[in-house]
Amino acid sequence: MADIAVHDVDHAPEHDGYDDHVPHATSTGLSNNKLAMWLFLGSECLLFGGLISTYMLYRGRHENGPGPDQIFDIPLTSVSSFILLMSSLTMVLAVNSAKRKDDRNTNLWLVVTALLGALFVGGQVYEFTAFYNEGLGFTTSLFGSSFYTLTGFHGVHVTIGIIMLLVLVAISRRDRFTGDKAEVVELVGLYWHFVDVVWVIIFTLVYLIPS
Amino acid sequence: MAIIERPSTVPATVDGTVAPEIVTTSRALGNFRRPVSTTGWKSWLFTVDHKKLGIMYGAVALFFFLVGGVEALLIRLQLAAPDNMVLSAGLYNEMFTMHATTMVFLFVMPMAAAFANYFLPLQIGARDVAFPRINALGFWLFLFGGIFLNTSWFLGGAADGGWFMYSPNSSSLFSPSHGIDFWVLGLQITGIASLVGAINLIVTVLNMRAPGMKLMQMPVFTWMVLVVQFLLLFAMPVITVALFLLSFQRNFGATFFDVNQGADPLLWQHLFWIFGHPEVYIIILPSFGIISEVLPTFARKPLFGYKFVVFSGAAIGFVGWGVWAHHMFASGLGPVSVAVFSVATMLIAIPTGVKIVNWTLTLWGGKLQYTTAMLFAIGVIVLFTIGGLSGVTHAVAPSDTQQTDTYHIVAHFHYVIVGGAVMGLFSGFYYWWPKMFGQLLSERLGKWNFWLMFFGVNLTFGPMHILGLQGMPRRMVVWPDKLTGDGFFDMAFWNKVASVGSFVIAAGVLLFVINIGLTAKRKVKAPLDPWDARTLEWITSSPPKEHNFDRIPTVHALDEFFHRKYEEVDTENGPRLVKVKAAEEILAEEEANADHHIHLPSPSYWPIILALGLPIIAYGVIFNLLLSVVGTAVVLLAIFGWCLEPSVADDSDFDPPTGGDSTKELATIG
Repeated sequence: MADIAVHDVDHAPEHDGYDDHVPHATSTGLSNNKLAMWLFLGSECLLFGGLISTYMLYRGRHENGPGPDQIFDIPLTSVSSFILLMSSLTMVLAVNSAKRKDDRNTNLWLVVTALLGALFVGGQVYEFTAFYNEGLGFTTSLFGSSFYTLTGFHGVHVTIGIIMLLVLVAISRRDRFTGDKAEVVELVGLYWHFVDVVWVIIFTLVYLIPS
Repeated sequence: MAIIERPSTVPATVDGTVAPEIVTTSRALGNFRRPVSTTGWKSWLFTVDHKKLGIMYGAVALFFFLVGGVEALLIRLQLAAPDNMVLSAGLYNEMFTMHATTMVFLFVMPMAAAFANYFLPLQIGARDVAFPRINALGFWLFLFGGIFLNTSWFLGGAADGGWFMYSPNSSSLFSPSHGIDFWVLGLQITGIASLVGAINLIVTVLNMRAPGMKLMQMPVFTWMVLVVQFLLLFAMPVITVALFLLSFQRNFGATFFDVNQGADPLLWQHLFWIFGHPEVYIIILPSFGIISEVLPTFARKPLFGYKFVVFSGAAIGFVGWGVWAHHMFASGLGPVSVAVFSVATMLIAIPTGVKIVNWTLTLWGGKLQYTTAMLFAIGVIVLFTIGGLSGVTHAVAPSDTQQTDTYHIVAHFHYVIVGGAVMGLFSGFYYWWPKMFGQLLSERLGKWNFWLMFFGVNLTFGPMHILGLQGMPRRMVVWPDKLTGDGFFDMAFWNKVASVGSFVIAAGVLLFVINIGLTAKRKVKAPLDPWDARTLEWITSSPPKEHNFDRIPTVHALDEFFHRKYEEVDTENGPRLVKVKAAEEILAEEEANADHHIHLPSPSYWPIILALGLPIIAYGVIFNLLLSVVGTAVVLLAIFGWCLEPSVADDSDFDPPTGGDSTKELATIG
């Protein structure tokens, strides 16, 4: 998504107070990339909205297998949720360092964020394996299908986020940034926070509210 | 003259010496040299120019229109006579499913995207869209998705569940061929195209308007396209979820729509129509935008109530989210839901009615010029009103329950889609053809084109009202001779009329294709401003130069181009608008004051490569997951290549700098 606006730096006559010499002058003042990321996240809200609705509809339907109350291990998932939330903190630190053009700390916090994210995904893999062994497969029941689909989609989002974080570090270390580095870090940060917020909702609706 | 800085094969030199290197290609992690062709097929394959992409969108959509049209004719042939067996029952199911899918997803939506791509940047005075590479990606995804979807015909049969693909009918048990898998995955691919296109165009409109252009000075077409992109942005993810659920069920054994497990068939219906109803407005609003440009131009007066037209368009966009369940009145939602959705559906008639009134009042007292574009626009008002009126009656749930799944519904939505959306797109063809290709389509053939289509639509879909009220169900492969009835309600007669009508429409469309061919052959240049038009896209040459505008226009008013041509002069009969400048003079002025440095985005290999990976993944899901791995590798490779394509292009990516006061600027990618 590291795209850059088609902009014109020209010597055109007076333009009603528009400064033509600012390369990123946009009508809203928001950069194209950031606006695009916000729009994308808006769209993602409805993606998760659909998945969450499906889960809420089907959470009680588990004739052929265990139901939510039998298999959820709330303490374990709470710990992994806490880890994911902490990764938002480290992401903020990364964005902050990037704004200060502090490359060393940016990379450090990006790596820490990715590690925390990986821990969360690891927890999810562990959890899925445990649930499967307790008899809840993807095809077992409506609850199974919708649970794995919802949390799986979220897990894939986290995984994509981890890849983006690590790629950021790699590009940064080789100094091959195309565009404004602080902004790119911020964009990945926006995505990361979004995925975290979605998890807060999923954790509440899926795990905490008893069925 | 403006210097266009684009990649060239000649290394740049300053004063005869090799220019200092800024970034060399070798430093960019494993990516190729950029494509540089500006002519020939390569210039189309790797282009990121919104105009070329717009033309390609249009050409491909037109092709799919003909495909969908042939499917429609086969359906009408089958229904022309009682107990007919032109098509087998199975093939008939595939035919009506693919007819609807092709027309909605592969013709109307991409054709609107063609106009949006081509004219939206021109109408807001921009040189390109915000993300030109993503724009290219959208086109290629649409093309490959459409081809993928249609290869199902040759790989075991197409989808046969109807375009809304209700569960549990769509499960492997009832539709064992791969048709529905193709349908699901094909729509996922074109869905990504719509999503990225929506993000791109919204950012373009919000961020890249010409200096001085306020939101309320944007042409109505741009406004309507903006509303449509917001609808796409929020509607596409919902259908994406539905399609994922269905494909997980069909391909990986999930249980979402398995009634044996206690699944709720309404889940699919809700998800589908939460997407499906905004989709209706996604289809119609671009046409509303087009005719809002055409009507004022040929009525020789400004659009009546610009703000009302804009806000009612936005209102349709909002209320359109609260009416989806009117597609499900017969499914037993319960009285409260039915009442709420009934009322919401009636409400949405208000902004639509506002538009009809505004267009009519635009015509009122105008000096009407009955060009083909104008005829099509008036055709939209007439036919859409008919379709809209039968639509309002469907909001009345008790009556709708009688009409659900009959030809009455088929009549209604064909009046609004063919009479509204398609006729509007045709209006756009005739209106904008000289802008896109520098040539006027033949008006004589155009008028035949219009009248054939206009009569054809009424002949085909008018009788369906009667057939539907008589109880003829839609999607039935045969109607039996013994049930035909007699007199006014003779089903055999009206079915014949409808079938004849469909061929009349086909003749009209054929004339349009002939018109294109003849016009291209005649090679007569169109005048610069053949319609005495009003909006910004006419301020530049026809067809526009690669960089759209020599000088980015500064906007002072709604209908900027009109206000540059006309001025108010006091006469003894009061103030009067007098033409003070010809379009040629305005263009000459713009060319004389051209911007010195114009940066066009560089072409790129990555959009087409990335798009190519997705059908490979999709074939893999159906036939062999190993293929999906290959496809994923292609996609990942393309994403990395894309991200690493340097925005700071290497030095040979430039034309030689011009010297003097102008500084050398680096081209942007995007």
